[in-house]
Amino acid sequence: MSERTPMIEMRNVSKHFGSVIALSDISMKVCSGEVMCLLGDNGAGKSTLIKTLSGVHSPSHGEMYLDGKAVHFKSPAYALDAGIATVFQDLAMIPLMSITRNFFMGREPTVGWGPLKRIDWKYADRIAKQEMAKIGIDVRDPSQPVGTLSGGERQCVAIARAVYFGAKVLILDEPTSALGVKQASVVLRYIAKARADGLAVIFITHNVHHAFPVADAFTLLARGGSLGTFRKEDITREEVLNMMAGGAELESLDAELAEFQRSDQQKKSQVV
Amino acid sequence: MKSNESTQPSSAVAEQQDERLQKVSFWKKALSRPELGALAGTVLVLAFFIVAASGTGMFTPAGIVNFLEVAAQLGIIATAAALLMIGGEFDLSIGSMIGLAGILISIPAVQYGWPLWAAILLAFACAGLVGWINGNLVNKTGLPSFIVTLGFLFILRGLAIGISRLLTGRTQIGGVHEHIPGDWFASLFSGEVATGLFAWMASQGWIATNFADNPVVTGIPVSIVWWLALTAIATWVLLCTPYGNWIFASGGDKNAARNSGVPVQRVKISLFMFTAFSATIFACLQVMDTGSADTIRGLLKELEAIIAVVIGGALLTGGYGSAIGAALGALIFGMVQMGIFYTGVNTDWFQVFLGMMLLVAVLFNNYMRKKAMEAK
Repeated sequence: MSERTPMIEMRNVSKHFGSVIALSDISMKVCSGEVMCLLGDNGAGKSTLIKTLSGVHSPSHGEMYLDGKAVHFKSPAYALDAGIATVFQDLAMIPLMSITRNFFMGREPTVGWGPLKRIDWKYADRIAKQEMAKIGIDVRDPSQPVGTLSGGERQCVAIARAVYFGAKVLILDEPTSALGVKQASVVLRYIAKARADGLAVIFITHNVHHAFPVADAFTLLARGGSLGTFRKEDITREEVLNMMAGGAELESLDAELAEFQRSDQQKKSQVV
Repeated sequence: MKSNESTQPSSAVAEQQDERLQKVSFWKKALSRPELGALAGTVLVLAFFIVAASGTGMFTPAGIVNFLEVAAQLGIIATAAALLMIGGEFDLSIGSMIGLAGILISIPAVQYGWPLWAAILLAFACAGLVGWINGNLVNKTGLPSFIVTLGFLFILRGLAIGISRLLTGRTQIGGVHEHIPGDWFASLFSGEVATGLFAWMASQGWIATNFADNPVVTGIPVSIVWWLALTAIATWVLLCTPYGNWIFASGGDKNAARNSGVPVQRVKISLFMFTAFSATIFACLQVMDTGSADTIRGLLKELEAIIAVVIGGALLTGGYGSAIGAALGALIFGMVQMGIFYTGVNTDWFQVFLGMMLLVAVLFNNYMRKKAMEAK
């Protein structure tokens, strides 16, 4: 697999915010038709990494390559133009704007020519409704403000938008955090489908049951640095879980829970 | 309302309709439009003066043209201020830009013999530069536009006074009128349109004529045409074009907009340039109309424009509003200003009324926005 040109590759990327080193010397590659799952504690740099890939931040050092060509994104618009679509953790939705306006924000379909060029609202409404239906949300009225939707529905709009516009790389920052079981499984199926379609997918989640079935590889981040990339065949679900949570903490949590259980039983026996 | 347990029979038609979609009445739909409050206000103010100013001449053709002209002048800058406010920013330098633009038009024309069109183009170029600087300062520093443009409120006013005193020794420049005839560009900002129509209507006896058999109202002042045209274009841009979507997005949440690929900085710079241009259009109309420029012209106009925009239903925080609303806000402004004059009430009370209108409008808008955000 390593002979193929990666769809997206980071080489020695660092990102500094003033004196804070948010990312240091990260190298990572994702080939087309591959799902990379980013693991790490809060503050490990996962979101910064994603924002660097999607053009929100430009790296302080290092290079990024898309399909073998060096790229430098001045803003997310350039990344989108290059075929990298992102679902941000804050969803990048504007509550007072309609679903359709949000869906096509920055990517409006137009008809007409010259000064009469205008948004094709009929087409836009239809696509928005249709893409939302695919993810399992039956939109009542695509002109209703996004602010009237529930958190999960908003997340679905953001995912449907990214899937619709992502041509080469799809990046998802905790896409399943606010979703019900049904929608979460639809998102996972989307990821599998994007992989089958030859997209490179980068995926952050804290849920091992979501991560393990779809991921081909796991990259573990800690304190801004990479602790390495593991292929799925070389790792077990328990090891992934340990990496996600930090194994030591999990063991002490187990001990604490056992302690709770014991004291509960003691109380019960006293009452009886 | 997630589900509407309707009892209607499930015919083929009912199946096509989403069962969770209530039949939304026309009124409920209208309630979610930002300009509704301004429309209600306009009707109210109109009704009030039709009663209170009956028989005073306010609603004769001459009277109507009078208050429409006041509304039009304000409406021109209010349209631009509305787009900017929807885009999430303020421009407090509009009024000073009016004063400076007037000076930039009249000094080259009167003092140095420039053709008027060249002087007007100079004013537009300077306005563009001011807007560009405003926009870039706001973008680059991240300071609130309130502060940046407050600075320019004083800078531009001071420049207007300083330049005119330096070059002419005065702060008022007259004698522009004699330069207008034959200047195609200046004629865009002066005179009236549809004069033939009005002459014909007078000949039919539909509108009043004076002693010389000329109609009292000879045509529609060109400022009203500018106002209506700018409002129409701004409405088209907001509702139908990608750029309009970018304006809403930039004002709604600039990070979300940028992350979705909207060129937020370019949108904001262009909006600041548009407000400066609109101030220059205002100045052109005023200079061509009065034949003179004065460094104190346009005083407090920036605040009047903001009042009109807010009465028109725009949110001060951006992301919501309409150009039609701003036009209605300007219309209310014009009707009240002239209406108070016609009804013979001491005009000192105008500002009291204006301030109260603003408060009522903001309270109403707040309430309406909450309503709009509730699930329909």
